[in-house]
Amino acid sequence: MATTEAAPDREAQGVEEVHILWISEGMSCDGDSVSITAAMQPTIEDVLLGNIPGLPKVHLHNKVLSPTLGGDEFLQPFFDAVNGTLDAPFVFVLEGSVPNENINGDGYWTSFGNDPATGEPLTLSWWLDRLPQKAWAVVACGTCATYGGIHAMAGNPTGCMGLADYLGWDFRSAGGLPIVNVPGCPVQPDNFMETLTWVLYQAAGLAPTIPLDDLLRPQWLFGKTVHEGCDRAGYYEQGDFAHDYNSPKCQVKIGCWGPVVQCNVTKRGWMNGIGGCPNVGGICIGCTMPGFPDKFMPFMDEPPGATVSGALVAPYGKFIRKMRAITNNTVNKEPKWRHNRPALTTGYEPRWGNRKEG
Amino acid sequence: MATTRERIQPEQRNLVEMSWDPITRIIGNLGIYTKIDFDNREVVECKSTSSMFRGYSVFMKGKDPRDAGFITSRICGICGDNHTVCSIYAQNMAYGIRMTPLAECMFNLGEAAEYIFDHAIFQDNLVFGDYCEQMVKSTNPTMLAKAETTKAPNSEIHGLRTIADIMRAFNPFEGALYRQGLVQSRVAREMFCLMEGRHVHPSTMYPGGTGTVATPQVFTDYLSRLTRVTDFVKKAVPLNDDLFDFFYDALPGYEEVGRRRVLLGCWGAFQDPIEATYRYDEMTHWGRAMKVTPGVIVDGELVTTDLVDINLGIRILLGSSYYDDWQNEEMFVTKDPLGNPVDRRHPWNQTTLPKPQKRDLKDGNYSWVMSPRWHDKRTGDDLALDTGGGAFARLYSTALAGIVDTPYVKAPGDGSVQIHLPKTASSGEVTLTWRIPQWSNAIERNRARAYFIAYSAAMAYGFVEEGLGYVRKGQTKTFNSFEVPDEAIGCGFHEAVRGLLSHHLVIRDGKIANYHPYPPTPWNGSPTDSNGVPGPYEDAVNNMPIFEENDQENFRGVDIMRAVRSFDPCLPCGVHMYLGNGKTLKRMHSPMFGSNSH
Repeated sequence: MATTEAAPDREAQGVEEVHILWISEGMSCDGDSVSITAAMQPTIEDVLLGNIPGLPKVHLHNKVLSPTLGGDEFLQPFFDAVNGTLDAPFVFVLEGSVPNENINGDGYWTSFGNDPATGEPLTLSWWLDRLPQKAWAVVACGTCATYGGIHAMAGNPTGCMGLADYLGWDFRSAGGLPIVNVPGCPVQPDNFMETLTWVLYQAAGLAPTIPLDDLLRPQWLFGKTVHEGCDRAGYYEQGDFAHDYNSPKCQVKIGCWGPVVQCNVTKRGWMNGIGGCPNVGGICIGCTMPGFPDKFMPFMDEPPGATVSGALVAPYGKFIRKMRAITNNTVNKEPKWRHNRPALTTGYEPRWGNRKEG
Repeated sequence: MATTRERIQPEQRNLVEMSWDPITRIIGNLGIYTKIDFDNREVVECKSTSSMFRGYSVFMKGKDPRDAGFITSRICGICGDNHTVCSIYAQNMAYGIRMTPLAECMFNLGEAAEYIFDHAIFQDNLVFGDYCEQMVKSTNPTMLAKAETTKAPNSEIHGLRTIADIMRAFNPFEGALYRQGLVQSRVAREMFCLMEGRHVHPSTMYPGGTGTVATPQVFTDYLSRLTRVTDFVKKAVPLNDDLFDFFYDALPGYEEVGRRRVLLGCWGAFQDPIEATYRYDEMTHWGRAMKVTPGVIVDGELVTTDLVDINLGIRILLGSSYYDDWQNEEMFVTKDPLGNPVDRRHPWNQTTLPKPQKRDLKDGNYSWVMSPRWHDKRTGDDLALDTGGGAFARLYSTALAGIVDTPYVKAPGDGSVQIHLPKTASSGEVTLTWRIPQWSNAIERNRARAYFIAYSAAMAYGFVEEGLGYVRKGQTKTFNSFEVPDEAIGCGFHEAVRGLLSHHLVIRDGKIANYHPYPPTPWNGSPTDSNGVPGPYEDAVNNMPIFEENDQENFRGVDIMRAVRSFDPCLPCGVHMYLGNGKTLKRMHSPMFGSNSH
């Protein structure tokens, strides 16, 4: 009875091994694939080499990073997944927005591989009608895949949309999960890898269901605004605004949408804590948002809301700045007892006498 | 592997049709379709295709021109910032402004970091997948055996004893240099983010300058990382030389892989902070002052270094693309600001009229992109220039022009570029010399990439010193204000990492009336054009010998992939290529051998 038999590491439903099938043939620039190679928390190689405790063994099938030469070598696991013959569960990642192939004339907007039988290009929609339904989890990587992004802007010829617009917002994967949306143009490297890691822990039976908001974003990443995390927000509070891009002050008057955009870039920086957006002088253009880009254009003009809030905060901020200047002046002076006169004026009462006799 | 033998008798050759679609380890969607004569170990025909249309030129019409830099960055996910910068150059011209010398230094520092990052990750993590031990073992085991016993000539510098040790170091994810390449690419991206805010779509870059606050700290943080990268580069360049020289030695004739005529274009990089006025009528002067000299090279001869000539020579031809011609559309710019006539097929006058349709590989349309060419006034030819993957044309043009002369990089005019790197943690001062090689081929495109990382690092030292000098003098202004004019035109010339890049802009009523970016990949990957001139990829692979030891059944096609990847294909930029028809002895899908070996 009292043996040293180790308790099972994972719950019964936990998987030991998982494939990541990554298609970047949505309307995309592959910038999200490139972005993940910048991640350090954790790095992609740490995930693949098993250096993260508890994660299942991960096989990545991503075009940019694939060691294969391409073609069928690369496509085989995707076809296996469609046919239900892949040897382990998989997470499906989509990069890029989904063009509307109902309006493509007699052609196609984008394809991923050819149909082995006919040699004709297989459209992204062909894959989206077959793969996500069999995936243990489905992750949309970047704003194009989540909500449509740049290629879905007004006047676009392709009728692009996000993955949830295509599959339905109430879609559930084979693992019972909704689509996991990680927006960002491109996706912030660590945001994606951290989210992926959660999903993988969940697959391993080591984490509860990933907490998502109603737009399917991880709550802990997209629950706060850019402004709430911005180190220039203090200028806003004082009604002290940048009037051109030379200024290190708050940029809401010159195009920053940070106060109404959900993103953690000002807290996390871009990589290794370096860079970002308004915190380093780059106006927030709302690139994580479903309304991106149209609702933020023209990017370099003051957002309409900022006119009102800026006007409201101005008198308060001016007063506060004045008061703080007075206090700042005070705290910029050393206390008067720091001196080299022949007397101790700190308030301490010495037993040896307080004055050097001359 | 599933093959269907359908015996059709061709002329003399037994041709096997093989395809790789999609190609991995590149950015974007590219398919390669070849016909191979295995009896004679030769590729008889190569056609490539990419099928994605996103429509930037279409949906930018009517938008605020100041948005162009933000939007066009999204064209490319690995060098998006090159588009932002090129767009800003074009906008500066249209708005009639220039940038402060400090802002120019900071732009150059951001771009130098991009070249370092991008060339490093592409070379170490994507290209070397074709040269690593795992790959060579499955394609050329005899050569691998030779590599095991061949001492690396520069082993004292880089620390790896044999050529096979170098190959092993690049095994994906497991090899030490593969992983170090990723780490170095991150350090370089941190440098990039210090100047441009975010990688790959910058946040701090505006027409008129940068929002990056020019403090001593930002330069300190950049410089301390630059020295770490430099330390790595000093070992990487001789290591690259060892590996590539070995290929020439071990496989006589390997210079033919990916070889084509020397037809190169470079549009110049690293603005001179003082000379760049962005005035079109002064463009010849400030173009030549760039710290990578613009140039068109035909058969090894430098035809021009004049950006005005370069600009006026650009022609966009339709081959067999899914577009209607714009022959009857409006001309936006009939004369340039110097009074020179501008061709209807010039990007300023292009109207993009997409027309999606079924792919017709035989006699119809099969591709989403067009064929940019450069009109050679001397001969009347519309030349299919390539970029040699970027680095090759940049070094070639700079070396031939012999203009660049900075404390860290010199082009003395003798066909070389001398790159001086200062002392770093593990080595003293080093001068690397790149010389114009005998061929324009896969090996030399790849070798140049390693040298251009060193070139960029060396240039960066100069721009740190110059920029920090302004900051120390209190000249910290980084942005000049401007008004968007109602009517204007502009053009920007730059080098994307993988080669020449232009943006052409027409403003009417304060909005974008026409906008056409031409990045490197449409040049390199263009289809046979309306004049019947094939694109560079096709040209480079056509009639190429094959050195892979595998027979037809186990063929992986590594030599073909080396040829294509040497151009650093980046398909989101838009490649539209020709798919050939011909006599087929046997049709195979992409080679499957070794697909389970990873």
